[in-house]
Amino acid sequence: MSNGNDILLEVRELRTYFKLDEGMLKAVDGISFTLRKNRALGIVGESGCGKSVTAQSILQIVPRPGRVQGQMIFHGEGGPIDIGALDPESDAMRQIRGREIAMVFQEPMTAFSPVHTVGNQIMEAMLVHGGISEQAARERAIELLDQVGIPAAARRVDEYPFHLSGGMRQRAMIAMAMMNHPKLLIADEPTTALDVTIQAQILRLMKKLQADFGMAIIYISHNLGVIANMVDDVAVMYRGKIVEYGTVRHLFKNPQHPYTQALLRSIPHLGGEAERLATIRGSVPIPLDPPDECPFANRCDHFIPGRCDARMPDAVETEPEHRVSCVLYS
Amino acid sequence: MDESTSSAPLLEIQNLCKYFPIERGLMRRVVGHVRAVDDVNLTVGHGKTLGLVGESGSGKTTLARCILRAIAPTSGRMIFRPQGQEVDIAGLPKKELRSIRRHMQMIFQDPYSSLDPRKTVYDIVSEPLRLNQVASGQVLEDRVKRLMERVGLSIKYMHRYPHAFSGGQRQRIGIARALALNPSLVVADEPVSALDVSVQAQILNLLRDLQSEFNLTYLFIAHDLSVIEHTSDEVAVMYVGRLVEQAPTKALFRTPRHPYTEALMASIPLPDPDRPLPVQGGLEGELPDPAHPPGGCYFHPRCKYARPICSEQTPPWTEVGPGHHAACHFTRELTLQGIE
Repeated sequence: MSNGNDILLEVRELRTYFKLDEGMLKAVDGISFTLRKNRALGIVGESGCGKSVTAQSILQIVPRPGRVQGQMIFHGEGGPIDIGALDPESDAMRQIRGREIAMVFQEPMTAFSPVHTVGNQIMEAMLVHGGISEQAARERAIELLDQVGIPAAARRVDEYPFHLSGGMRQRAMIAMAMMNHPKLLIADEPTTALDVTIQAQILRLMKKLQADFGMAIIYISHNLGVIANMVDDVAVMYRGKIVEYGTVRHLFKNPQHPYTQALLRSIPHLGGEAERLATIRGSVPIPLDPPDECPFANRCDHFIPGRCDARMPDAVETEPEHRVSCVLYS
Repeated sequence: MDESTSSAPLLEIQNLCKYFPIERGLMRRVVGHVRAVDDVNLTVGHGKTLGLVGESGSGKTTLARCILRAIAPTSGRMIFRPQGQEVDIAGLPKKELRSIRRHMQMIFQDPYSSLDPRKTVYDIVSEPLRLNQVASGQVLEDRVKRLMERVGLSIKYMHRYPHAFSGGQRQRIGIARALALNPSLVVADEPVSALDVSVQAQILNLLRDLQSEFNLTYLFIAHDLSVIEHTSDEVAVMYVGRLVEQAPTKALFRTPRHPYTEALMASIPLPDPDRPLPVQGGLEGELPDPAHPPGGCYFHPRCKYARPICSEQTPPWTEVGPGHHAACHFTRELTLQGIE
């Protein structure tokens, strides 16, 4: 498994289930991946595929009644620690959350309190950890806002979140996430609510910060274009499972799982000439008491009765660093 | 349809303006106006799709609401020619609007909030037919069934409520309702942006099929340029209430003639790791406050080609090619980068 010191996070057989009246919702159902330092991993998938719950599981902030099982070995400052074995409320988890692993969300309004200024919220987080004067914290907050490209940061520091545009709020949330120089930044659809020109600005900013600070990123998005631009490796999730995993080049140039192939074919490509788009029949399933089978079986054009619906296919390495869970390759 | 008028465009928008007053103080004194739609000229041909692109605050939804007369425009003309008629709907009083409204319908972005949760699919789809007294009894039921089948919904589920359907199916319900009265013009405001990627293609294909089958004319509003390119015959680009460029789709994407269009295209992350977004030189800044737009060309503070005249004079709407217009002082001189 871990053979060098460049591994940051090893996730093994992560399962996050929600016991509901209707049955067991298997939001994340036995996923494994390894994230190396300074790398960017993209998790791509549609609604209900489990990509956001994966992020919440790593931070141990899964809402009730979710239960997280599995190993998540994080190689942080204090040596390897299994996040999966930590109590979400423990000091050890709190130390990791916000300090070593930070997160930015789709909607920055939920990350900020509307009744405090942006600066006070950033300062508060610094003052809680102690060892810094109020004046120094204020200067640091201005510096952080400046670093993420907020113009007139010295003035903006005293503004309330609702004064800021969507793009500026997203920058402020990124500033807050960067405060303690995290080893890992988890970005969950950070640009989905933004206009395309603002999205491009935020994507550029995140790339710059990653290079400047040397951190790893887990980038979660449904947007294949964003993923292709931002990451080194990609995990494609469908109904709680990783169905394909590979380098960004493998995945976009040589997609192997029928779901990945169909997804790439179904989006209109700029400059493309297609009269009709390829479609995937049916709709995205909800992982409620899912049967033990390939999750894509009932929408797949290559469905083989007796094999695809017999059990979940094992992941097969079809080329170096490229794994796919599909009977066509086993 | 009356063939004699079918050569004239279905919709001609001339100098359309919609200003919202900014009011201050107890007396609600009007201190200024937000020019949400500012002197827009547009033409949509029969059976064609006009794509309308712009970022939030560009005025594209306000323009759509004016066209549907959900709100009354401040000034301008909107010549609408459905099924042999010809009316200026810009100034039409409410009573006369009723009869013209059935010729224009809307498909909404959010299939989760645009359908009444207390009504069955049958009620939702049949409502426009009942309200306009087009059909009743068995005729009505047959018509609803045909509509449902045509948009790909099983009539088995006719008496279910919207919550029992997926996002894609709900969008189909919305489409069936919009088509019930056989409209000429369908305004689709971000019809696929709330849907899962794998479901978007189904809806885009369905809209295309319905267009050729019923000779529908679409005004297709979207922020996703790849969706616009795929669906539209012509594209209009809006920026802070003004049109900055309009052209046949291919011309717009290959050879944009306005710097904002170029910047918009350069901002799209493509699903191809070999064609990454440029690290340097992307568009900086944000849309100006529409209540206090900059002087001259509204885009000049963000434009890398801007020269002194750009902050002083509003650029004229210039024809730069067949059906290709742009509002830029230097549109004839600049060589702008499109999509290959």
